[in-house]
Amino acid sequence: MAEDLQKCFGEFVAVNGVSFTIEDGEMFGFLGPNGAGKTTTLRMVQCTSPKTSGMLEVFGMDASTHQREIKTKMGVVPQENNLDPDFTVYENLLVFSRYFDIPEADARERVDELLDFVQLTEKKDTMTDTLSGGMKRRLILARALINRPRLLMLDEPTVGLDPQARHLMWDKLKGLKKEGVTIVLTTHYLEEAAQLCDRLVVMDHGRILVEGSPDQIIREYIGTDIVETKSDPKTIVCLDRQQARYEIIGDTVQIYTNEPQHITDHLLTECDLTTITARAVTLEDVFLNLTGRKLRE
Amino acid sequence: MNIGLYFKVPNISFRALRVWQRNKDVFMKNVKLNFLPPFIEPMLYLFAMGFGLGMFIEDIDGVSYARFIAPALIAVSVMYASFFECSYGSYVRMHYQKTFESIIATPLTIEDVITGELLWGATRSMINATIMLPVIALFGLIDFPHSLLIIPFAFLAGLVFAALGLCVASVTPNIMSINYPILLFIMPMFLFSGTFFPLHVLPLPIQYFALAALPLTHVVIVIRSLTFGILDVSLLFNLAWMVAVCLILSVLAVNMMKKKLIV
Ligand SMILES: Nc1ncnc2c1ncn2[C@@H]1O[C@H](COP(=O)(O)OP(=O)(O)O)[C@@H](O)[C@H]1O
Ligand SMILES: [Mg+2]
Repeated sequence: MAEDLQKCFGEFVAVNGVSFTIEDGEMFGFLGPNGAGKTTTLRMVQCTSPKTSGMLEVFGMDASTHQREIKTKMGVVPQENNLDPDFTVYENLLVFSRYFDIPEADARERVDELLDFVQLTEKKDTMTDTLSGGMKRRLILARALINRPRLLMLDEPTVGLDPQARHLMWDKLKGLKKEGVTIVLTTHYLEEAAQLCDRLVVMDHGRILVEGSPDQIIREYIGTDIVETKSDPKTIVCLDRQQARYEIIGDTVQIYTNEPQHITDHLLTECDLTTITARAVTLEDVFLNLTGRKLRE
Repeated sequence: MNIGLYFKVPNISFRALRVWQRNKDVFMKNVKLNFLPPFIEPMLYLFAMGFGLGMFIEDIDGVSYARFIAPALIAVSVMYASFFECSYGSYVRMHYQKTFESIIATPLTIEDVITGELLWGATRSMINATIMLPVIALFGLIDFPHSLLIIPFAFLAGLVFAALGLCVASVTPNIMSINYPILLFIMPMFLFSGTFFPLHVLPLPIQYFALAALPLTHVVIVIRSLTFGILDVSLLFNLAWMVAVCLILSVLAVNMMKKKLIV
């Protein structure tokens, strides 16, 4: 869908030549630290921000010339909530349906259905600013579904939600995927990405670093397991002798491997190590490994 | 900077009416409160200025002071209604409520959104004029049926001030700064457009300036003429001026907003 896509704000290059293709019916994730360019990329696909250069096609149509047609078939959950505070929950959805030219009778039916789907039927006459964070997010999801989109774009759909609300959102997304909706999301929650996404990319500094299924990415970049132990000079020397792949983080050493049993035995016998833990690699390890541990703003 | 960018023909569709409809729905939620000012204000002004101050003023150009200022009150209300709706009102919707941002994720373009705002601002002017007419008519200060033409004219005049308001909203760095154009442009216009004293008492250069650059001058001339029951060919000049300025400012407002919001 996108090839060598670029976006500049003045001199600053926010998205620097990314290429990706999203298949029909899959769940596709954009991961990356703050400022990586995820939102900017999504906004170009949503036709709300023009690209600086490159090629971008959505549903086989050029995003810069067919924005109305593309937007008709797309649902958008923005990073920041932008519900209409002048209206109630019900009215928010109804007013939105008019932007898509949905006939009123159909729209009312659809609104009832969606309120039920996101479990907000009881709140339908409430003004939106009194809703909790999770409710607002769910209402925005319902709003994005008003036009029965083929493609749903979610920018950090679960940010700031408690675990209950987060799991509810995941369930809804899985349900939508089963119905055949293509879903694109960005997230900070790596567990979320690993669980939900068929394929994902990790972005940083406006570039795509890796692309693939969560398992594939983990295996390719680190290995299946991590063995952790206390860091001291003797251990390091020993590890160097074994030519192990490792990283020192604070006062622990992480050793990357595909054969944890083998390594553990080896370390215990050869390197005189006492405290060793082995665990499966998560996407978070890959993420930190790829994007570094320095704090982003 | 590319000047042509500011005068590009906007990509507008009938969907702009959906934005108009959204604002109308919000307005109707507080309809009684919203109808009150145009109902009360003319009465207060007429009592204080028309009949109070007017006691000390001889007839102006052959009409009583109350009859002289009555059309100006309508003109000023037309100006304020759409200017405030599309400066403060639009700024709040754009900046604080992120309403524009949410709408452009649908098949509407930013041009549709701004056009909807313009049309709504003009509609508010028309509503104000429509409410004020019978109130002022009660005092016997305006002639019918000519005065009925004020209603459609208020829409055109409202568009001019709505476009002006949106231009302001598109460049203002924050909501407080909207006070500057009000202080420097709207207030002087309120006082020096032949509203509360005839234009011809001012020095000639200022008269020309008022005719060339102050939209309210033309609005006052047309509305006053209509309340006096006079339909003169010269009004066509005022009308032409209004239409031209309205077109230029509307296109400018749409493109300025687009430039600000689509990055
Ligand atoms: N409108 C804008 N003007 C200037 N810079 C921007 C704008 N929007 C985003 N940026 C910059 O672009 C970079 C990428 O931002 P964004 O896409 O929001 O990142 P992410 O969503 O991955 O956190 C950031 O450095 C951000 O400051
Ligand atoms: Mg973001």
